[in-house]
Amino acid sequence: MHVPDGYLSPQTYVPLYGVSFVFWSIALRKMKRELSSRSTPYLAMAAAFSFLIQMLNIPIPGGTTGHAVGAGITALLLGPWTAVIAVSMVLIIQAIVFGDGGITAIGANCFNMAVVMPFVSYWVFRLVRGKATGERRLSPAAFLAGYTGLVAAAVVTAVEFGIQPLIATGADGRPLYAPYPLSIALPTMALEHLLLFGIVEGVVTMLLLKYFLKHEPGIVYTVKEA
Amino acid sequence: MTPFQKKLVLGLFVMALLSPLGIFLPLWFKAGDAWGEWSADTLKELLGYVPEGLEKYAELWKAPLPDYSFNGESSPLALQSFAYIVSGVLGILFVGMAVFLIARFLSRHGK
Repeated sequence: MHVPDGYLSPQTYVPLYGVSFVFWSIALRKMKRELSSRSTPYLAMAAAFSFLIQMLNIPIPGGTTGHAVGAGITALLLGPWTAVIAVSMVLIIQAIVFGDGGITAIGANCFNMAVVMPFVSYWVFRLVRGKATGERRLSPAAFLAGYTGLVAAAVVTAVEFGIQPLIATGADGRPLYAPYPLSIALPTMALEHLLLFGIVEGVVTMLLLKYFLKHEPGIVYTVKEA
Repeated sequence: MTPFQKKLVLGLFVMALLSPLGIFLPLWFKAGDAWGEWSADTLKELLGYVPEGLEKYAELWKAPLPDYSFNGESSPLALQSFAYIVSGVLGILFVGMAVFLIARFLSRHGK
């Protein structure tokens, strides 16, 4: 889901830099108030986890590959705003050091995976969990949080790809940037994440949340504030 | 660090050691690039041309370890796996440094 350089027109990647920048500033301001010395090591570990889980490419046999992002569990453990910073950090390091995702697309990639994803995960968890307490509805809420978060990120990315042929074509009528229209980009990216990668994200989110609730319930954001 | 945190950090390094699975699983199941992340060469095969703007931007940045490898994805698998593990460990270190800097930046700029 890492948009490389050249796939998005400036009309797309510049505004997305702007949007991500707004989220970064708000997130940093919130973290200044909320980040404690107790939660800082977990921020580092969540970001490292996100980095590593993204290296685990999952194949669709004979087709494409994809991966989980870890933004779902980060949002549930540390809150969506801290997750914005944790996952953005990972995406920026990936772009600069490892060429995974473009430099021009850092704003877009951060918007898709570090803004849309943690907030969708967080709100889906809260909606599904409702007023339940203890173990009730915990597993489905956590699974759906990760699952929906990743699918939402994929859909937003697909829209960014899919609108490129509408935005910019050359003199010969051929697209200048990402070449596939919405009618191809959207179903392809949505389906592969609905059928496989989203399930992996959901399971990872659910297992890790349960693990943390068992061993270190005090730091779990989604449970603490309820 | 608490014993629980030590266990988590150990888990992260185990993940880095296992990261070459990210190379082997796609190989075993004959899967290719992620959708929308093709190189210019692959696009040429898929479409018969490389979109003009895409070509212009594609080589904008030369990453030191492109795609978590030392010199591209054509090197032997053992070397690719090694580069993956090194990248995983570097990832943990870079992220750790970034968090340290952010935490310091936030505490300097007052409460």
